[in-house]
Amino acid sequence: MLNVTDLHKRYGTRAAVAGVSFAAAPGEIVGLLGPNGAGKSTTVAMLCGLVQPDTGQVTIGGVAVGDGRSAVKRRIGLVPQDLALYEDLPALGNLQLFGALYGLSGPTLRARCTEALDLVGLGDRARDKPRTFSGGMKRRLNLACALVHDPDLLLLDEPTTGVDPQSRNAIFDNLEALRRRGKALVYTTHYMEEAERLCDRIVIIDHGTVVASDTLQGLLHRLPASASIEITTAAGAAERADLAALGDVTGVKSVARSGGAIVVGMDDPGATAPAVLAWFTGQGIAVRHFRSGQGTLEDVFLALTGRQLRD
Amino acid sequence: MHAVLALIRNDLRLYFSSRRALLMNILAPILIAAFFGSLFDSDAGKGPMRIPVAVVDLDHSEVSTRVLAAMQSDSAFDIQELDEAAAGALVKHGKVRASVVIPQGFGERMIAAIFDPARKPAIAVHYDPSQSMTLAVVNGLLVQHVLEGLAQSALNGGAGAQLLSGARARLADAGTMNEERRRRLLALVDDAQRARAAAPTGAAAPAPVRLQLPFTTNDEAVTSGPDAHYNSYAHAFAGMGVQFILFMGIDLGVGLLLARRLGLWKRLRAAPLSRAALIGARMASGALIALILLLVIYAAAMALFGVRIEGSVAGFAAVAVAFALLTASFGLLIAALGRTPEATRGLAVFATLLLVMLGGAWVPSFLFPEWLQQVSRFVPSRWAVDGFDAMTWRGLGLDAALAPVAVMLGFAAAFALLALWRFDWEE
Repeated sequence: MLNVTDLHKRYGTRAAVAGVSFAAAPGEIVGLLGPNGAGKSTTVAMLCGLVQPDTGQVTIGGVAVGDGRSAVKRRIGLVPQDLALYEDLPALGNLQLFGALYGLSGPTLRARCTEALDLVGLGDRARDKPRTFSGGMKRRLNLACALVHDPDLLLLDEPTTGVDPQSRNAIFDNLEALRRRGKALVYTTHYMEEAERLCDRIVIIDHGTVVASDTLQGLLHRLPASASIEITTAAGAAERADLAALGDVTGVKSVARSGGAIVVGMDDPGATAPAVLAWFTGQGIAVRHFRSGQGTLEDVFLALTGRQLRD
Repeated sequence: MHAVLALIRNDLRLYFSSRRALLMNILAPILIAAFFGSLFDSDAGKGPMRIPVAVVDLDHSEVSTRVLAAMQSDSAFDIQELDEAAAGALVKHGKVRASVVIPQGFGERMIAAIFDPARKPAIAVHYDPSQSMTLAVVNGLLVQHVLEGLAQSALNGGAGAQLLSGARARLADAGTMNEERRRRLLALVDDAQRARAAAPTGAAAPAPVRLQLPFTTNDEAVTSGPDAHYNSYAHAFAGMGVQFILFMGIDLGVGLLLARRLGLWKRLRAAPLSRAALIGARMASGALIALILLLVIYAAAMALFGVRIEGSVAGFAAVAVAFALLTASFGLLIAALGRTPEATRGLAVFATLLLVMLGGAWVPSFLFPEWLQQVSRFVPSRWAVDGFDAMTWRGLGLDAALAPVAVMLGFAAAFALLALWRFDWEE
C-alpha cells in the first residue's frame, strides 16, 4: 500500500528529515514514534503531498504522491495535529465540505457523512456546531472529516493531543475498527503507551532519521534485557557506587543511570533481583525504593539514542 | 469544478451566517453614508447654507447703515448686529464664521479716500481659522455691498454733497491743469451742486437711484439631466461602500491566516485540488461577497435615500465587478504578506484607512492639494469612488467607466500576482 523510500527534507541548514524509509500494508497500523521535533510531522506532510521532499519518494499502490490535483491523494485521509474544523459549520456541514473536496456529491456524500459520523459516535450531533463540542468530540470529528471519502490510507498526526483518557480510548476503538476494515494507518505520536497499545509496527524516529523499525516485540528484543529493576538510593550514595562491579553480579545484563535512579537490566528478575539488592547492602548503600518492570519502548529509545523519549 | 463550487459555497455560507460581519459590512456603511450624505444635503428644501456673520457698526453713518442693510438682505448671510466684544466672543466659540467691524468715521473716510488713498479706512474681519474657506466668500460679498452702499449714498444721500465739495476743492488746487479745462470741470461740478440743491424733497422726491452690479449670474448645477438633482448621498454611499467592503477584504485575508493557524489550510491542501483551484475559489468567493455587499448597500441607498444610477447601468455593473475583484485580490495579498492574524489585521486596517482617505471616500479628492490629487491617482480606491460617482449622480455613460474599470482590474491583477509570488504554500 504505502511505500516510503529514503525521504530527505531540509529547511535552510537544518535537516528536518534525513533518510526515512518504511512501509504500511492494508490492515496495518504503523506508528511513527519520536520526541517532539524528531521529524514526524514533516514526514507526514510529505506523505500526503503538503511538502515536497528534497529527495526520496512516496508511493501508494505504486503511484507516486504528488501535490495539487494528484489523483492518488483521493486514497489518503489526513488527520492533522490541529483541530482543522470550521467551528461555525455544523458537524455535518464540515463533513459535506470535505467530502465534496474529494469529489463526493448527492446521495453518496450524504451516506458517507452519516457513516463517518456514526463511526466516531457523533451521529446524534450532526446538526450541532463544533464550538459546542468537548475537546474529545472535536478530535473525533477531526477524524471523521478524514474518513468521509473512505480513504485507503489514513495519516494521523498526533490525533489524541489534549484528549481525556475516555475519548482517547474511543478514538483507539475507531482506529482498530478501521484496521479491521483493511485500512492502512500511519500514526505519529510521542506517547509510547499509544504506540504500544495500537501499532502493529513501530518506526522510531530521532533527529529526522529512522533509529529502528520493527514490531513491539522485535524492538523489545533489542534491549539487552527483557526486564529491569529501577533502584533509588539515598542522595549521593549511588554516585559513590562502583556500578561496573554491579555488572558482574550473576544475571545482570545491563546497568545504567536514569535521572537519579539506577536501572539494572535482567531476564529473570525473580532470581537476579535479590542478588542485586544484596550487592547494594554489601556496598553499604541503603536502597530506599525499588521497582521492577518489563522492558518498554522508553527503554528501547533510551538504549538506542541514549536519551529519554520525553527529553 | 465541483470542489471549487463547494469551497465558494462554504465561504459564502460562513460569511453570511456571521452577524458581526453583516453588521460591520452592511449596516455600518449605510448608517455612516446616511450621516455624511445628510451633512452635504442641500437639496432637501432648506436652500443653500447661510453663513453666520456678526457685524459691528461703530460708524452709524449713512454708508455703513446701507452696507449693513445690504448684508442683512443677502441670502448668503445670516447677520447678527452686535457690539465688538460679543461679536469677538461668538467667533471665538465658533458660533459665527466671522465678524465684520465697520470702524468709526468709515463713511466719511471712504469718500475722502477717493481723493486721498492714504486716508483709506480699514474694515476688520475676524474669522474662525477652522472655517478659513468662508473668509474669501465673506470678503467678496463685503466688497460688493460696500461699493453698492457707497454708490447709493453718493447718488442719493449726503455723501454726494461731500463728494462734490471734495471734487471742487481738488480741481481748484490742481495747479498743473490746463486753465480752460479746469474752468469747464468746475462749471460741471457747480451745475451738479445746483441741481442737488434744487431737487424736490419729501413725497415729491424722485425714486432713489441704485447702482448695482452691471451683470447677474445664472447658477445651474451640472447633473445628469435637466430634471435630475444632485444627491449628496450618492457620493457618501460610494465612499463608505468602498471603505467597508475593503474591510471585508481584510477579513478575507485574515481568515486565510486563521485557517493556516487552525490547520484547515493543511486539510484543504491535502485534498486533490490544484493551487489555482484553492486560490481561485477564495478569490471568487471574496469577489462574490464584495459584489453582494455592494448591491445590498446600493439597494439601501436607492430605497432609502433616492440614489439612482443616472448613468450607464452596464458601466455601474462593470465598476462593481472590477471593485469586487480588487477587494478579493487585496484580501489575498494580505494573506500572502501577513504573518499572524492579529498583527496583520491592525496593519491592514491602517493601510485600508489610508487607501480610502486618499481615495476621496471621506473628503472629496478635489479638496486635496494638487500634489495629493496627483498621488491619489495611484490609489485604486480613488478610481472606485470616481467610477461609482460617474455612474450614479454624474450620470455619465459607459465610456466614463472604462478607465476606472481598467485601472482597478490592473491593480487586482498586480495584487493577485504579488500574492501568488509571496504565498507560502508549505508554511
